[in-house]
Amino acid sequence: MPKMIIELEDLKNLARLAKIHLEPDAEENSKTDLNRIMQMIAEMQSVDTSDIQPMANPLDAVQRLRLDKVTESDHREEFLSLTDHAQHGFYTVPRVIE
Amino acid sequence: MTWETVIGLEIHVQLATNSKIFSGASTRFGAQPNTQACAVDLAMPGVLPVLNKQAISHALTFGLAINAEIGLHSTFDRKNYFYPDLPKGYQITQFQHPIVGRGSVEVILEDGSHINVGITRAHLEEDAGKSVHENMPGLTGIDLNRAGTPLLEIVSEPDMHSAQQAVAYFKKMHALVKYLRICDGNLNEGSMRCDANVSIRKSGDTTLGVRTEIKNLNSFRFLEKAINYEIERQIELLESGQKIQQATLLYDADRNETRPMRSKETSEDYRYFPDPDLLPILITQADIDVLKKLTPELPDQRRLRFQETLALSEYDANWLTADPDIADYYEATVEQCNNTKLSANWVMGELSAVLNRQELPITSAPITAKQLGQIISKIADDTISGKIAKQIFDDITRQADPSVDVNEFIKQNGLTQMNDESQINDIVDQTILANPDQVQQFRDGKHKVMGYLVGQVMKQSQGKANPKQVSEMLTAKLKTQP
Repeated sequence: MPKMIIELEDLKNLARLAKIHLEPDAEENSKTDLNRIMQMIAEMQSVDTSDIQPMANPLDAVQRLRLDKVTESDHREEFLSLTDHAQHGFYTVPRVIE
Repeated sequence: MTWETVIGLEIHVQLATNSKIFSGASTRFGAQPNTQACAVDLAMPGVLPVLNKQAISHALTFGLAINAEIGLHSTFDRKNYFYPDLPKGYQITQFQHPIVGRGSVEVILEDGSHINVGITRAHLEEDAGKSVHENMPGLTGIDLNRAGTPLLEIVSEPDMHSAQQAVAYFKKMHALVKYLRICDGNLNEGSMRCDANVSIRKSGDTTLGVRTEIKNLNSFRFLEKAINYEIERQIELLESGQKIQQATLLYDADRNETRPMRSKETSEDYRYFPDPDLLPILITQADIDVLKKLTPELPDQRRLRFQETLALSEYDANWLTADPDIADYYEATVEQCNNTKLSANWVMGELSAVLNRQELPITSAPITAKQLGQIISKIADDTISGKIAKQIFDDITRQADPSVDVNEFIKQNGLTQMNDESQINDIVDQTILANPDQVQQFRDGKHKVMGYLVGQVMKQSQGKANPKQVSEMLTAKLKTQP
């Protein structure tokens, strides 16, 4: 198993995707931390799992399903009151136009 | 240089459920903004998704209808990205183990030829909210009523080679989901939207060219125009020695052009991983057997029945069965008048024209199937002429009153065709006397003038004479009398 190494460019890309702002002096620490985690993953990858079914969830259970019924009522005003960014019944964000 | 176009479609179908896929909020269209967005849809801390059984049934019903492999063990994944209409910061979707696997559909094209389109997969996911830009200077308003509406995303193989083929396939899927009653099919409400992947290559090449993806097309016409524009654009680029950039595009209907989406300038990396909030879905053979029994007649089956038992052409049968509501209306018309061909002509012609003009679905047609059937019966038994029939049709559709009895209407308005020979005879004689020039022309061998003379008689009779009878009578008189 080749070791995955996170370079500075990867770190910046991950921060961009996660919309996290990293101060330049925090970059080196974050990179070291992430590479330690990658090392642990590499260790786990060395276990032979070829005849084991991939597991999507650790609980030995299947999804319980809900009947198709409307059970929720309108609580718009309570939810909107949790933010200052609302107008005319809409949540508002800085303008985004494609 | 000749080019070959390669197209694949991703169709998003909003599943017809009362409540959302992971919450008990209503999915009704057209409500006031954010009145149908509950804590789960808003991604409030601590909430958990609970899966709607009906969404699973609808997805399986679709899979069975296209003879697809069913994912007996399917799972949900998180697709991570940030956008204001997605409060969680991820969309719950199915990446690794979709509920519907490979299948295929047969599509009939306008020219009567058939193509097979492979379905790669169909998976369940949640819809996002909507952005609104009106009346909010400098801001975008977010309405999360649509967030969490169940979607089935149907991914096709790149098996289509023209915009027409892509439209025919989209229409076929539209018919299919309406027949299966898993979607209302209202394109103008966004119940079905599609993304088109378009690339071109030199004819004969086997590798695919660089593709672009046109997002969010919600009408048959826009799909066709957007693809045709994109094909032209790609050919122009390649022929001028440039390269195609892989890109996500939006179609601007006002300008009839495609342009890149700004938010997609940097390539996305969705970092899919299994959603720990949702357990795997297990489908049993017993579930499948129950759904198989409930599957209604499908468009292909109905088309074949129309061809075989109603003696319609494949074209007519395909047209009439594309929408189950139209097919129902047509069958009710035939039940009334017992004339399959005339009923097909009227439904595909006059009725469809009125519906298009008034932008009405057939379920709100201004004339009932019974009324149309009555008109057709009266044409078939020669009580009224085709011209009068059209007039009655126009009157009835203008009144739009289902209680009007067509037979009574014909009697009250004296619209019965003039089959009384002596009456027609008089008008024919008058017409001959009034048009000596045309009569002479006919006798000199200019038989084309007959059309004019028949027209004159029809005018005199206010359209009530039988044109065939008039023509026969005129010919007989002009040939024998001096």
